[in-house]
Amino acid sequence: MITSWRIFTFLLRLLALAATLVATIVMVTSHDSTNVLNLTFKAKFSNSPAFKYFVVVEAIACAYNLVIMFLASKGSLWRLVIILDVVVAVLLASSVSSALAIAYVGKKGNTHAGWLPICGQVPKFCKHVTAALVAGFIAAILYFLLVIYTLYTVLHPLFVVSKS
Amino acid sequence: MALENGEKSGSSFVAVRKPNDCTILLLRVVAFLATLAATLVMALNKETKTLVVATIGTTPIKATLTAKFQHTPANVFFVIANAMASLHNLLMIIVQLCGGKFKDKGLRLVMMAILDMMTVALLSSGDGAATFMAHLAKKGNSHARWNKICDKFGKFCDHGGGAIIASYIGLLLLVVITVLSIIKLLKAK
Repeated sequence: MITSWRIFTFLLRLLALAATLVATIVMVTSHDSTNVLNLTFKAKFSNSPAFKYFVVVEAIACAYNLVIMFLASKGSLWRLVIILDVVVAVLLASSVSSALAIAYVGKKGNTHAGWLPICGQVPKFCKHVTAALVAGFIAAILYFLLVIYTLYTVLHPLFVVSKS
Repeated sequence: MALENGEKSGSSFVAVRKPNDCTILLLRVVAFLATLAATLVMALNKETKTLVVATIGTTPIKATLTAKFQHTPANVFFVIANAMASLHNLLMIIVQLCGGKFKDKGLRLVMMAILDMMTVALLSSGDGAATFMAHLAKKGNSHARWNKICDKFGKFCDHGGGAIIASYIGLLLLVVITVLSIIKLLKAK
């Protein structure tokens, strides 16, 4: 039996799947190179471990979403799905935050440590990374909405929800 | 999965013993101490060093450089996230010890699970940002021409590393507490 809970969670999962997919792909295809005083300055996402971590976590979340969306018809696994959803949501938050911290140093620099901003030299790379971070942020928010909605609707004792 | 106390619901997955209030309380106390330690160690993280910058003739020019935690916004976020997490832990300990007179147990459990989850998210993002900034400070980034600073400010880096480790311990315990709270909610239905 299809209830409104299942429709809403399916929609949220679909949106989160799209957001994580976009974030992964945009981050992986971000690269730029420029010539400064006869030196070629290449910028790729793999230059920074924070961006690599971001790509890995978004890919894991995407694959998990895909698997769960097509496996959700089995009613007995919904408890495991809730707990795994919490873990994936926490991982997504961590990855977005790490990539944002490094991107902030890339954009504004850090005068105290003597780190110069690099966005002036590789603007295309910076724009790609910004777009990927926005998509990752939206994915994290959608995941949290999903978990909070599931916790509130399914586990609140005043609500009567059929879980079949 | 242990089948103790005969608790077996429809599926064979959640056949575990219901988590004790004592276990969760003990874990919360340790997590509170861990996040409090992380906040304090990072907030008091400061190192001043006098470095020789240049030599003119025979007189070396010295410059005094300070490394403070608030120079990096990621560390500031780390301190704020850990402070809020320890506040949350303290609040939850108080609610669990003194909240016996409230009647609506169901709403309280759901609110605790949701708040636990939000704190875990905040803490994990603070940890992640501080970890990668510390990695950048320790190893530098040759592609972006960012030099490492840990060879000059060793004590600053050590303290920061210790604070991050304490925060990870607190995060792990908080994740375990969240999962236990959710299992308690599932059993209470």
